[in-house]
Amino acid sequence: MTLAILDLPASLPPTGPWTAAAMIASVVLCSTTGEVLTAAAMKSIGDLDDIRAHSGLRGAIRAVLTCPLFFAGVSFLALAFFSLLFALNHLNLSLVAPASASLTLVTNAIAGKVFLKENVDRRRWTAAVLVCIGVYLLAH
Amino acid sequence: MKPLPAINLAHPGALIAAVFTPWIAAGIALLIGFFASYLTALSWADLTFVLPATAFGNVIVALLSRFWLHEPISLARWAGIALITIGVGFVAHGPSRTELPAEVNSPPEVVAR
Repeated sequence: MTLAILDLPASLPPTGPWTAAAMIASVVLCSTTGEVLTAAAMKSIGDLDDIRAHSGLRGAIRAVLTCPLFFAGVSFLALAFFSLLFALNHLNLSLVAPASASLTLVTNAIAGKVFLKENVDRRRWTAAVLVCIGVYLLAH
Repeated sequence: MKPLPAINLAHPGALIAAVFTPWIAAGIALLIGFFASYLTALSWADLTFVLPATAFGNVIVALLSRFWLHEPISLARWAGIALITIGVGFVAHGPSRTELPAEVNSPPEVVAR
């Protein structure tokens, strides 16, 4: 689909391993920053079900849309999407999709522990690593 | 997107027209639904709980493509499905939210706000 939109030639130009790693790293970094900022925004807003019970669906939507942290998060998620498209412009889908999807899970576990002070215990580490390998195998 | 003609940057209007075709409009509506549910989940659960749990979507996609679209699934992909399922089982068995000490010690009406 992406190739059809960008009207690319079938064969991709060769890219060095460091450039490829930098492209994937920028996707993972933007995506992790976006996820952490969005999660921090939603935590600062509070339980959306409670807000909806109190002030209706409109109140819940207003609570989300008036949070600057939420827009910062969405901007980074959009940046991650465009850097993914940029990486797909130079690298194969079979490399970029599994690498970025699985690495994001591990970096998010680290960022959740460091920045959001979440209790990432042995159970969550095991889950993150298992899902990371699983997503890699599935997307490869 | 496959039945549509190839879209290139010289004719961006074709991309806007594609948004209003029924399948793509339905896809966008479902993606908005996904994001709304994802944000609601993040408002009451940890990121490190929600993210592995939503990865189960990959398993559903793989199973749908196997049994609905009749695409073949290799042994490595079945192994991936098994690992994701076990991982989601692991994380779902634990608490969904990190309780901070202040919240644990405060009376229930303060926690409930």
